[in-house]
Amino acid sequence: MVLTVFFVAITVFLMVRLLPGDPARVIAGVLASEQEVDRLRTRLGLDEPLWRQGVIFVSGLAQGNLGTSARTSNPVTEEIGARFGATLTLAVVSTVLAVLIGVPLGAFAAVRAGRFEDLLASTFVLFGISMPVYWLGLMLILVFSIRLRWLPAAGAEGPLSIVLPAVTLAFFSMAFIARITRSSMLEVLHQDYVRTARSKGVTQRAVVWRHALRNALAPVITVIGLQFGELLGGAILTETVFAWPGLGRLLVASIFARDYPTVQGLVIVFALLFALVNLAVDLFYGVIDPRVRYG
Amino acid sequence: MARPATITTFDEAPATSSLSGQTLARFLRSPSAVAGLAIVLLLVLAGVFAPLLTPYDPAQQDLRSVLEPPSLSHPLGTDQLGRDILTRILFGARLTLFIGAFAVAVGMVVGVPLGVISGFYRGTVDLVIQRVVDLMLSFTTFLLALTLVALLGVGLTNVIVAVGVSTIPRFARLVRSSVLSIREVSYIEASLALGVPSRRVLWRHVLPNAMAPVIVQATLSMGATILTAAGLGFLGLGVQPPTPEWGAMLGEGRNYIFTQPSVTTFPGLAIFLAVIGFNLLGDGLRDALDPQLRGRK
Repeated sequence: MVLTVFFVAITVFLMVRLLPGDPARVIAGVLASEQEVDRLRTRLGLDEPLWRQGVIFVSGLAQGNLGTSARTSNPVTEEIGARFGATLTLAVVSTVLAVLIGVPLGAFAAVRAGRFEDLLASTFVLFGISMPVYWLGLMLILVFSIRLRWLPAAGAEGPLSIVLPAVTLAFFSMAFIARITRSSMLEVLHQDYVRTARSKGVTQRAVVWRHALRNALAPVITVIGLQFGELLGGAILTETVFAWPGLGRLLVASIFARDYPTVQGLVIVFALLFALVNLAVDLFYGVIDPRVRYG
Repeated sequence: MARPATITTFDEAPATSSLSGQTLARFLRSPSAVAGLAIVLLLVLAGVFAPLLTPYDPAQQDLRSVLEPPSLSHPLGTDQLGRDILTRILFGARLTLFIGAFAVAVGMVVGVPLGVISGFYRGTVDLVIQRVVDLMLSFTTFLLALTLVALLGVGLTNVIVAVGVSTIPRFARLVRSSVLSIREVSYIEASLALGVPSRRVLWRHVLPNAMAPVIVQATLSMGATILTAAGLGFLGLGVQPPTPEWGAMLGEGRNYIFTQPSVTTFPGLAIFLAVIGFNLLGDGLRDALDPQLRGRK
């Protein structure tokens, strides 16, 4: 995992430096004189040979130093630290929401497979995975903030302000989790031990929730981990729609300002988050499935 | 009352007993697959015939009639510069399909050979390719596209490249796993045993048999690609105004959501419908091509 993040960092570093365009010229602006650009280049360390820049970057990274923001002149780690909490809160609330609704919905659809309720659930799933997250956010603002005036449209003040962004961000994951839960449950419901449980006279409820769902959860949990990547991507768009003061908005603002050190740092942090969540998922298998043990 | 037994020979067998005929029949029997196909065809027709379907030009401004609600002369209203929204959506369909098709083509042209080589030759080549794919996956799709656009700059070609590159890992993974299983099938073993060069076996026998899931993935990727490209447009990092790109229309229109919501409602609805179409079509194709997977989405 450390290795993956290290390679992501090196790749981003190389991408920033090898792709066409002179970062110093871009940051300085079109009107800057050649001297000003040269001075900026020296200040940013861009006049060093590539390998030296690489060494400086990697040794900084090892010490938790992501460089200096070209936009604000603050350390990139400081810029990221100030907004990390907002994004983490949004991501966690959305994931919880997606799991709490997606898993029961998928299980329910599997139990009622082929019937009207299943069709309804499948339609919901289709809408969820096809929905542009940015458009959903705007439509929710239109209904709940502008027409009904129930919830704030933007910002992060008060507990109510997270409702719309979290619902928006959760929607895709919710649908995807429901879809995977449904197919996993369908498979499990035809297993011998489910039939045995039924023939013993175990109630339908206990069969579904205790016997079937527990066994159907392994693929669902994998998906929750992989889903987190989509969630981070969605967060960039959701934060922009709702003016949520998190990492996604910082990324977009940094891209517009050509603040490459911050962009580079953010991509690394996103990759690190994604890797950590998937590590957690791997470890969690052992909890739900006693056959999986880590020595 | 004995009736002579009818014997069906191969010649007399109904056309649907051919493999592709069966696939087609299965596809047409699914209402959702047909609905998906209908939406996609509608989109193609809208894109192709856009200039004939509307009296307006997508860039034609009319500052006397800005932000108008839907009316007879402007069925979906006008935007902040008085441009007809329906016209822009119709021309946008063209652009959306263009971006989607080319981006998916980039993903396939790079991803499929990577997957084939990885799965067929295995060993060190496989290991290296898979680590690269892992690396791309750990960026996550949208972030990878966004980072590439940030570095390459905005504009149509760069968006296609960025979004296309972000679909490579999925194709590479998918093809690798099909090739790994096809490789073990006896006719491949037989070809190799007969001394057919491995490269020829690879392109003539392995690849065609690995294509069905690729077609399904390409269709589903069209939906995902449209979402990603429009997302970039929404952020202002995609195709630039005044080009009638749906995501960019949405991004510009959101400033007017308080005064005229139709400016954001309709372009978003168009993206939503297009993605639904490709998702339904992809699922329908998968069910038709591989009946064993039915219901196991």
